Amino acid sequence: MSTFGTKRIVTGAHYGLRDWLAQRVTAVLMALFTIVLLVQVLFTKQPLGYELWAGIFSQQWMKFVTFALILSLAFHAWVGVRDIWMDYVKPVGLRLALHVFTLVWLVGCAGWAIQVLWRL
Amino acid sequence: MTDTTKNRPVYRNIHVSQIVSYRLPPAGIVSILHRISGLLMFFLLPFVIWMFDTSLSTEISFDGFKNAFVAGIGFVPGWFVKLVALGLIWGYLHHFIAGVRHLWMDATHSVSKEQGKSSAILTLVLSVLLTVALGAKLFGLY
Repeated sequence: MSTFGTKRIVTGAHYGLRDWLAQRVTAVLMALFTIVLLVQVLFTKQPLGYELWAGIFSQQWMKFVTFALILSLAFHAWVGVRDIWMDYVKPVGLRLALHVFTLVWLVGCAGWAIQVLWRL
Repeated sequence: MTDTTKNRPVYRNIHVSQIVSYRLPPAGIVSILHRISGLLMFFLLPFVIWMFDTSLSTEISFDGFKNAFVAGIGFVPGWFVKLVALGLIWGYLHHFIAGVRHLWMDATHSVSKEQGKSSAILTLVLSVLLTVALGAKLFGLY
């Protein structure tokens, strides 16, 4: 991005495209996670219960992708919910408060989910 | 200009009070439901993490997780827990299918009026049918 000379871009903060792309990339990751989880629940000979369910999440690679899922979800939801506030909430103070609430809510939830994942 | 075209209501910046009289096309319904389902899941995140925690931690907590859908959690009755879960099921299905529709439109540049309408109707039909099927299972109808 040029910040000087004749090609200098004078408008916008330029995070729009990055956020748009991030929202789609995280969406694809979460959709793939859903399919991976669903396959393990449906295509098994084990009866549906604690053994099967806990067994799925006891695998190290599953913890790896679940961690990635939690962060993807937080980023995805941040972009989406912020879009909602930006479209419908015009007073600056209220909008700022909602943005702060959204960040605290998402960071808190992500931390909580990781904490649960950590001790499995 | 005929009288009918003259008298058509024009909405530039739609106000909350006009929402009811504003007829959305199927693509518009999918779009607003995409937002509503997203916001619903955003607010229900603690419930999702609670389910994640109790269903996985120990066998005892797993029994507690299952029992919540029958006996309820605290003062919240079991049928209401099921109803919230059904809301999550619908939200996830709609958001998922509408999201795939978005990705498909992004990838193929299929943004014609006809395809927008038919894919929107497909999204609504699929998400509602799957919600009904899983909801019937959740409430023990089969």
